[in-house]
Amino acid sequence: MNTTATCGVVPASVERRPIEHTYVTASNMRDDHQQHNTDLVNTATDITTNPFKADFPLLTHEHDLVFLDSAATAQRPQSVLDAQQNFYERLNSNPLRGLYRLSVEATQAIADVRQTTASFIGAPSADEIVFTRNATESLNLLARSLGNTVVHAGDEVCITIMEHHSNLIPWQQLCAATGAHLVYMRPDDQGVLTDATIEQSIGPKTRIVSVAHVSNVLGVENPITKIARRAHEVGALCIVDGAQSAPHLPIDVAKLGCDAFAFSAHKLFGPMGIGVMWARRDLLEAMPPMLTGGEMIDWVTETDAGWAPIPQKFEAGTQDAAGIAGLGAAIDYIESIGHATLQKREQTLAASCVHALQSLPYINVIGPDDPHRHVGVVSFNVDGIHPHDVASILDAQNIAIRAGHHCAQPLLHWMGIDSCCRASVALYNDQGDIDRLVDGLQKVWAIFHGTN
Amino acid sequence: MGLTDVYTAALMEHNAHPDYKYQMDDVTCSHEGINPSCGDDITLSLHLDGDTIDEAAFTGHGCAVSQSSADIMADLITDRSVSDARDLCSLFIQMIRGEVTDDTQLAALGDAAQLKSIAHMPARVKCAELAWRTCLHILNDREQPSNA
Repeated sequence: MNTTATCGVVPASVERRPIEHTYVTASNMRDDHQQHNTDLVNTATDITTNPFKADFPLLTHEHDLVFLDSAATAQRPQSVLDAQQNFYERLNSNPLRGLYRLSVEATQAIADVRQTTASFIGAPSADEIVFTRNATESLNLLARSLGNTVVHAGDEVCITIMEHHSNLIPWQQLCAATGAHLVYMRPDDQGVLTDATIEQSIGPKTRIVSVAHVSNVLGVENPITKIARRAHEVGALCIVDGAQSAPHLPIDVAKLGCDAFAFSAHKLFGPMGIGVMWARRDLLEAMPPMLTGGEMIDWVTETDAGWAPIPQKFEAGTQDAAGIAGLGAAIDYIESIGHATLQKREQTLAASCVHALQSLPYINVIGPDDPHRHVGVVSFNVDGIHPHDVASILDAQNIAIRAGHHCAQPLLHWMGIDSCCRASVALYNDQGDIDRLVDGLQKVWAIFHGTN
Repeated sequence: MGLTDVYTAALMEHNAHPDYKYQMDDVTCSHEGINPSCGDDITLSLHLDGDTIDEAAFTGHGCAVSQSSADIMADLITDRSVSDARDLCSLFIQMIRGEVTDDTQLAALGDAAQLKSIAHMPARVKCAELAWRTCLHILNDREQPSNA
């Protein structure tokens, strides 16, 4: 499968390595042995250097910006922007509809990305990949179509207290409509869903277990294989919200053992407005469509209609084909770097961020104490200072973090806080960003207390 | 950096030591105002003697901007008539939205005029407005029966 033909570009980063030292900063956290390392992978994972920033036009344009909000949305590399533009310049036509060359090529472009996406998450077949608008829509589709099929009054749906609202409200609504019960798994003080919790929460009445792979607040990776195994033991299905994991971890739905997996393109360097829902073929075939209309039918009469085969059954109306091309380019970009490099660099960044924040006496890091268990996300609070004040004062120093409830109000309520700050990293961040964050937080403290 | 325009010593003082943040005993009317996007939450209570607000107090939690803005407002509307207080709330909201910028007009707001520069921080406009919107809600509610 030639996906570069779809996207029309080779990621800029492939040609640009090795590597310009664009953002070297002095730091006591630097490992001496890395300094003269010429090995490419090690250079890429040395967070005192930044070989990736130049791939991202926004970060080149906003050269002084410290962007620490990638868990909300990542920046896009040039290759993704090119792929979207290329679609409109070279392929634009309505996919699936036309019988002419351009429409056939546009259709093929989408098919190519569907295959790329299937390979990216280890799905056995491209036609199990449904393109949606985002992870939220994917999860709503699962709750409505699959949920309504398998959940009945008296049944249980099991989620965790750390779900993003998009993997919480759809199940809350389903339970309210069907008379089922919503059961919450709660982690221990280190963010761990213990074996006992999993066993106790998922039982004979459970029909669906839907769990965040990585928490967007705590940053922890949840034990999906254990949860899926337990779900299957009791005859339940296991759905995974991969919005925060797909950008950082290699995904293999077969190894995870889950039955469905949802993620958004825009958090993994792709365009906004494209999401993915993968589900097992037999489930997709049994699920009714959520949206009906154009392109999702086999036949229509005055009184009835029959559905197209999967995945078209779930893709009513004209898709964002340019966005899909962008998703393909985003996956190509990640694969050109390699998951090992990506993961090592992002782990090092997140751990460095946790270390740095833990060194400030007035900062409380939220989530596990172990810095290496924060996948991309480091949430924290500053003693006695509201997160919005923190974010505003950081913003005045050109440092972008997220502050608020992070669409996880039940989690924050359970933890006894109203809101928190969140710094999140991606491969284009470096030690300089962490240093600026620390300096910025010292300024926050000084404004409220008149001293560092 | 512009920060000092917003996080002034006066604002920080109102935040750290609010005079009007307490649970009022004898409440004539109260209302809870919430900013759903950020979780700021203020319950404003008023005591009226005829047409005069003779006591104003608030409880709740939120950022320094929302809390100090509430404290400044409570100070401003105490001993004012309902109609004066309503005008002041409207003027403040117009200032925060950048619709009124004339300093002589804004002088009526007293200390609250110091929050003018929030108009340049769209992300914080709702924080600054919360108490004032909540107050308007109470005062407009009181107005309605007499209109009916």
